[in-house]
Amino acid sequence: MKRFILLALVFFAGYAQAQLTNINITRGVDNPTRIAVVPMAYVGDKLPEDVAEIVRSDLNFSGQFESIPVDKMISYPKNESEIHYRDWKAINAEYLLIGSINFQGGRFYASYELFDVVQQKRALARITVDGTDTQLRDIAHRISDKTYETVTGIRGIFSTKIIYVEAFQKPTKYRLMLSDFDGARARSLFESKQPLMSPVWSPDGGRVAYVSFETDRPAVYVQNLSTGRRDQVTNFQGLNGAPAWSPDGQNLAVVLSKDGNPEIYTLNLASRAFTRVTNHFAIDTEPSWTIDGSGIFFTSNRGAKPQIYKVTLATGETERVTFDGVYNARGRVSPDGKSLVLVHQRESCCMIGAQDIKSGNLRILTETNLDESPTIAPNGAMLMYATSFGGKGILAAVSLDARTKVRLPSKQGDVREPAWSPFF
Amino acid sequence: MITKAMKQGLTLAVVMAFLVGCSSSDKKKPAAAAPVSAPVTAPAVESTVQQLSNVVYFEFDKYELTPESRALLLAHAEKLKGASTSLRLEGHADERGSREYNIALGEKRANAVRDFLVLQGVKAASLESVSYGEERPVATGHDDSAWSQNRRVELK
Repeated sequence: MKRFILLALVFFAGYAQAQLTNINITRGVDNPTRIAVVPMAYVGDKLPEDVAEIVRSDLNFSGQFESIPVDKMISYPKNESEIHYRDWKAINAEYLLIGSINFQGGRFYASYELFDVVQQKRALARITVDGTDTQLRDIAHRISDKTYETVTGIRGIFSTKIIYVEAFQKPTKYRLMLSDFDGARARSLFESKQPLMSPVWSPDGGRVAYVSFETDRPAVYVQNLSTGRRDQVTNFQGLNGAPAWSPDGQNLAVVLSKDGNPEIYTLNLASRAFTRVTNHFAIDTEPSWTIDGSGIFFTSNRGAKPQIYKVTLATGETERVTFDGVYNARGRVSPDGKSLVLVHQRESCCMIGAQDIKSGNLRILTETNLDESPTIAPNGAMLMYATSFGGKGILAAVSLDARTKVRLPSKQGDVREPAWSPFF
Repeated sequence: MITKAMKQGLTLAVVMAFLVGCSSSDKKKPAAAAPVSAPVTAPAVESTVQQLSNVVYFEFDKYELTPESRALLLAHAEKLKGASTSLRLEGHADERGSREYNIALGEKRANAVRDFLVLQGVKAASLESVSYGEERPVATGHDDSAWSQNRRVELK
């Protein structure tokens, strides 16, 4: 809770804007759970955010729910005694979420209850969430998280964040952005006239690492989100890129070409000591740690075409991991350690694929061209990636079973390289 | 002094003749052979010496120099050998594929240019490779034409 408040202070400095209506669900699951989220009862002036509408949008985003529109609802119950289950069966609702918001001593208190319409019983006892007027969106996301977890058994990701790069032309400008998982409340963490690349989160969500060309050469920087402090952690001739945090947060894998070729190194953030991991005249890049931190997946063209390999850190033993397709790059391991999501080329370039690490089976998750930079949600149920739509770089999300697809709202500039935060 | 200038002029003329001969060929299909040491077929005329292109192009996912590139870089090497100026070699890639791989590809391209120039006698200390990958395209389209223009090393 303390942590939540601290992060809240950092994140809520940005502007709140209702952008959710722009979310475009292009494909959903066959049988999503139908849920009725009743407008929250509130006595007073219109609230700056429609909490119930944000909950509906969150649940729809997951693809596993279909929110029933407000105008289809027959009644607006505020508590259990006002519920007539026939009203909800009539519109085929499987779940019913009701609640109210009260304002007291400068804070909003949102209380909510969840009911199972099919079994005609309570699914979740009354819970109260509180926050300031700029935290109404967070209150909504927390209600969504609990509702999603109660129904699916999977932890919700609606309170998580994303970082991404937004690029502008004429004049050229790059911004490292932080926003809610759905693109709302975006704010700039860093801005430069030179390219910014490859943002990643530290495992505790307190810091981000990225590549900046602000000195006319690439270098890896670590930025603390609560203090804003920036540290340049690499400064070598040639490449300085592709940062990836070890699961324990103590090391950063980076790519350096100081010794002649692009190679993977690990950097101990406390001692600032570098350890060389790969040694090959080909390109070795895009490190991504295994879940237990004992190895690193990376992209290499040592077999002529880019494919993903895995090196065991203790022994240096290296094995090829991908075989399906002429181009597989930038692997990222799913939270359960079972899948590797990657950029894949078959006939055209490029799409997002997910390979089962054990069996080697590859599933294609997206079929538009120029899809890149996949990043997996911390609950492993969805991934976000960069694609182009209407001539612009945008972000999109897809469920790991490829059944749900969502396009995030278009931004001013070209949006790319999303990185999904861990749970806070 | 005279002989050096003549030699330089002659080399440039050979290179120019080769470049003119190649300019109509498709960039996607470079000439099979690399006739850098082809016999002199054009007279060394002063007026053929024009501004050298500062851009070298590459094939998709490749960092080998094409015969055209070698010819162009030979001419650059002649100019650079005696000079005390330093040169920045900026490597670039097209938008296809992952961004960090493309940064590495851009650097391999810049280093291929650097290594060739050094072999021709240019001081290594005067050359610096910097890769921008796909971050700084010159052509913003999403087709073969734009992609082939963006796979490049700029000599700056």
